[in-house]
Amino acid sequence: MNSDKVLDAKGLACPMPIVKTKKAMNDLQTGQVLEIHVTDKGAKADLAAWSKSGGHELVETTVENDILKFWIRKG
Amino acid sequence: MTFNSMTAAEVSKKVINKTDLFILDVRNENDFTDWKIEGENFIFRNVPYFNLLDGVEEIIDQIPTNKEILVVCAKEGSSVMVAEMLSEAGLDVSYLKGGMKAWSEHLEPVKIGDLTDGGEIYQFVRLGKGCLSYMVISNGEAAVIDSTRMIDAYIDFADRIGVKIIHVLDTHLHADHISGGRRIAERTNATYWLPPKDATEVTFEYQPLASGKVLTIGHTAIDIHSLYSPGHTIGSTSFVVDGKYLLSGDILFIDSIGRPDLAGLAEDWVGDLRETLYSRYRELSDELIVLPSHFMIIAELNEDGSVAKKLGTLFVENHGLNIEDEAEFRELVTGNLPPQPNAYQEIRETNLGKIEPDVEKQREMEIGPNRCAVR
Repeated sequence: MNSDKVLDAKGLACPMPIVKTKKAMNDLQTGQVLEIHVTDKGAKADLAAWSKSGGHELVETTVENDILKFWIRKG
Repeated sequence: MTFNSMTAAEVSKKVINKTDLFILDVRNENDFTDWKIEGENFIFRNVPYFNLLDGVEEIIDQIPTNKEILVVCAKEGSSVMVAEMLSEAGLDVSYLKGGMKAWSEHLEPVKIGDLTDGGEIYQFVRLGKGCLSYMVISNGEAAVIDSTRMIDAYIDFADRIGVKIIHVLDTHLHADHISGGRRIAERTNATYWLPPKDATEVTFEYQPLASGKVLTIGHTAIDIHSLYSPGHTIGSTSFVVDGKYLLSGDILFIDSIGRPDLAGLAEDWVGDLRETLYSRYRELSDELIVLPSHFMIIAELNEDGSVAKKLGTLFVENHGLNIEDEAEFRELVTGNLPPQPNAYQEIRETNLGKIEPDVEKQREMEIGPNRCAVR
């Protein structure tokens, strides 16, 4: 899936993946997609809940070799 | 203001002493709803940490100033962040060291009572998950029953009081938590006993706990009598210790009874469960103190933090032991079952020795409440 920006948050523990995601989102325009790579499994539920509460859309999630990837469209 | 860490052991004391505590749980809403720290005088507020990244101004008014404050998250990181913000805003707060992960793993040893000739029995209360395990001690020897995977807690405890673990037993094949039985036996050269009907698929050596089997510890003989009591699993076995205590496994709890569906079909085992609770247990002395392998709600704890009650009292007070109508009983234990414990199939496979997940994975599998009971 295409993205406008990629954030590498691998190796970071909670809360950093979301802290960085939020910062990266600030640089995007509404409708643009941020791609995030993380290894902290707790990020899955938290990113989904954070997207929802912030009015963003979690478009896709994949897991590959312990790396979780998320695509979030800015709302 | 300052912020400090609070350990799971300190939180346990507050649960047992029924101390006031305000808990700000900063995990996401689903995790909080599913499973949280329970305490009679604890009050809670759930605000996910990701809604507090810009600051705590919005919630500061909702935090009491006359109570001790504890910030809790899954692993610690987010609670440190929020505790720091609250302390900068002028509050005196603590965060839970190690988060819910540490809470789930903490074991609190509580002495249940004395046995013949100086023997003792201890209950290890795992408050975070509602699991109970036991150590029976006599004349320098010990048996561990239904141990958790935190095996150092038992081995260190035995070392501290100067006893040698010679027997390790499980009442049944657990589906809600990973047993430490096999590893304790390996470390201490003890014998590991399992009910053979639950162990048909195990990949390691064990000794079969047949009904009527008597194990002795200490030379003045504390007997552990096995009593076949199927229902929660097909092999479920209870133990009568020193003629005084009934270790009921996951068959009978204080305010609930075992569920029959975690290892097979509820329909198949409901008859066994009824027979165990309504016939086999009825033949035992009312004076036996029931020591189960779980509690479901914090109200089941006694004043000293132990979970124990006379069998005779349970026959009167436990709803699950007082359903005359067999069809109604069947409906209770098969009809409206709570969700199954997290990862219960993988936990069973781990306890059979079929898979060997690493510690991090084991932690994750055990997240959440035990859910082995029906009420």
